[in-house]
Amino acid sequence: MARSAAETKERMVTVSIMGKPYDVPADATIMGAIEYAGHQIIRGAGCREGYCGACATIYRLPGDYKIYGGLACMTMVEDGMTLAQVPSVPAEKAIYDIEKLKPNVSAIEQHYPSVFRCVACGTCTRSCPQGLQVMDYVQAAKRGDIAEVMDLSFDCVVCGLCMLRCPAEIVQPLVGILAKRLYGRYLRKDSPELAERVKAVEEGAFNAEYAKLISMNRDSLSKLYYARDSE
Amino acid sequence: MYPDYMAESLRKVVQTRPGRLELARKPAPVYPPMSAEERQAVLEGFHPDFEPSARRKVHVGPNRGETVTTEVAELLESHSWLRSEQVNLDKPDFETDLLIIGGGGAGCNAALVAMKEHGMRSIISTKLRMGDANSMMSQGGMQAAVSRTDSPPRHYLDAIGGGHFENKPELVRALTEDGPGVVKWLEDLGVVWDKLEDGSLKVMHGGGTSRKRMLSCRDYTGAMIMRTLMDEVRNHPDMIAVKEFMPAVELIMDNKGRCAGAVLYDMESEEFFTVKAKATLVATGGYGRLHIRGFDTTNHYGATGDGLVMAYRAGARLMYMDSVQYHPTGVSFPEQIAGFLVTEAIRGAGGQPLNKDGELFVFPREPRDVEAAAIIRECVQNGGGIPTPSGRVGVWLDSPLIDMLHGEGYTDKHFPAMYRQFIRYGIDITKLPMLIYPSLHYQNGGIEINERCETDIPGLYVAGEASGGLHGRNRLMGNSVLDYNVFGRRAGRYAGEYAKSVKLGKLSLAHLDKYENELKDAGVKTDLVTPVLLPSYAPEDVKKRQLLRGNNNLPGPAVVNRMHEERPGA
Repeated sequence: MARSAAETKERMVTVSIMGKPYDVPADATIMGAIEYAGHQIIRGAGCREGYCGACATIYRLPGDYKIYGGLACMTMVEDGMTLAQVPSVPAEKAIYDIEKLKPNVSAIEQHYPSVFRCVACGTCTRSCPQGLQVMDYVQAAKRGDIAEVMDLSFDCVVCGLCMLRCPAEIVQPLVGILAKRLYGRYLRKDSPELAERVKAVEEGAFNAEYAKLISMNRDSLSKLYYARDSE
Repeated sequence: MYPDYMAESLRKVVQTRPGRLELARKPAPVYPPMSAEERQAVLEGFHPDFEPSARRKVHVGPNRGETVTTEVAELLESHSWLRSEQVNLDKPDFETDLLIIGGGGAGCNAALVAMKEHGMRSIISTKLRMGDANSMMSQGGMQAAVSRTDSPPRHYLDAIGGGHFENKPELVRALTEDGPGVVKWLEDLGVVWDKLEDGSLKVMHGGGTSRKRMLSCRDYTGAMIMRTLMDEVRNHPDMIAVKEFMPAVELIMDNKGRCAGAVLYDMESEEFFTVKAKATLVATGGYGRLHIRGFDTTNHYGATGDGLVMAYRAGARLMYMDSVQYHPTGVSFPEQIAGFLVTEAIRGAGGQPLNKDGELFVFPREPRDVEAAAIIRECVQNGGGIPTPSGRVGVWLDSPLIDMLHGEGYTDKHFPAMYRQFIRYGIDITKLPMLIYPSLHYQNGGIEINERCETDIPGLYVAGEASGGLHGRNRLMGNSVLDYNVFGRRAGRYAGEYAKSVKLGKLSLAHLDKYENELKDAGVKTDLVTPVLLPSYAPEDVKKRQLLRGNNNLPGPAVVNRMHEERPGA
């Protein structure tokens, strides 16, 4: 939320937003700083809580040659930071029919053959704001180990920072999404009780019970509710 | 890290923990759940909806004379971006079978089902990117009655009791009866549910559940579902066109009173485009970014209630718009993440809310409105809260209990997002409790629908958070993820079916002029122009300089800011 005047008296730092310096509160996130500067973000903010990957940001710090990346909603500003948001990371999503794929290396070969260009440099892992072992899941994709890709890429927010830094130009997050879908579709262990329950609903097994509940007046429904047992 | 002055309170939490751990290991509740009378008393005394300025009468539109949330009344009593004479409807820029407004979970489900079941083409219009929606953010899970000890009618009873028996029964039946089928639909699309060794679905408790019914994908449940749905939508570019950064700003009607599409606004080029559609689905989500009563919110950036006001101007009735959901556990400290969601699954897994003395003061799994009101009561009336350096207040949510109950590593495995959220600020939630306070979370009411997602207006369908009736005046945890899947799918089915046969008449925006006249007749004076589209978080001095752009009533940040500036208690 917007800061009140009293709060703005706290310690300030100077950050350069796309090359232009602004004084912002020292305890602000990058997103907070951009908004404090008066920018209305259109691209570069989504969930604002670290789930959607809309706010990938690159920055440098004074006296440091390195380029850093982070989510603007999750990364704190530092004095002298110079930053730019990445409005979108170009990447071509493969088009596929999940029903026609096999959960092995063939799906990877067919749709994301660039993973085989991986030189195992580890840049993707170092650039991941979620701290994921990105290179390890790229290696697993090369082996066709779909379960491993699923597990290691589970928390990926698709910010695209790994894709931007990868010298082999691999589209890691998209490989992760394909692998998760393949795992969920083909490699899961089926739940016997789920199949039974779906069938029971289709056969109308609960119709009578629903009819009874729907016909009850508020008082009797309330009695039933407060008297129900709990697991 | 927590500031030094909280150390004494933290010590008390540690002191009382062994006793509370013992309680948690027993089958009985760790604190007595409230009776119906106790629930009523805490709600009336402490829920923000019951404060005198929280609601007022709305003076125009289908719900005229009824009481709604004050900020909603302001939203509804506002000007349109457009007047009918500004827009040429003779040659629509786009034509489609189904126009879907909103690229979240409900919208994606609808597009897929309309395509698969009816061969219908869709356009998905979305304000930000597809998936920039609250659907992406749900952490804890989705309710569905899949376990052997549970049943869909039992889920019905829990949901309708949680909603204080005011939910529309046919909607609750649709929700709970479709639940198991939705689990399977998503699994077949490739959603990776948390499972036990034998393949059965892992189920947990949520607030107000009498059976363990919460399914999850670690604490990235919404992200997993949303990314799977988006990926599948993008696999059908010939059938589903996605228009990002192009929100709808008004619905288009035809001369027979049917909904026939919408006017879209390109956020980047600032152009307006007309879409003619046989059927239209409003799946725009909720209104958390209106910051009702000045509360922090858990919601995504674009949650500004756009669909509500568009549908209302077109003549759709709203239901239960006097009721706001505050999530019991929003972050109170650190300030940088204030208002962020702490998933209810933390309490489902054994986390306990505690006052400054480390004492339990409420059953951890009351329905959300009751739990939130009890936390506010503990802070406001009983002085049990812990003040934060920025002037907020909070109570502890004792998360270290979770690993003690379920084994070391459990938090790491099941709550990686929560762990990340706090460790960035030096707080390890496996060792320290979180400081929480209720945060604006969900629009309980919305545009009234039936179990086919139909509204008062032929051709206008609504699904997900934008709809009203399903949750009564209080939604339970995990029922919104199920809601957008169940009703997103139903909307695709029934809107797709309708689109097959409808023959549209002449397109019209006359309803905008009529609404404008109604505002005048009611004596409403406002310069607010809606839909709001995006909130502004510029500091006050910046806003003042932005307002100098002119006394226009054209859309733009200057006007949009007014709503936030003039909000009572902002």
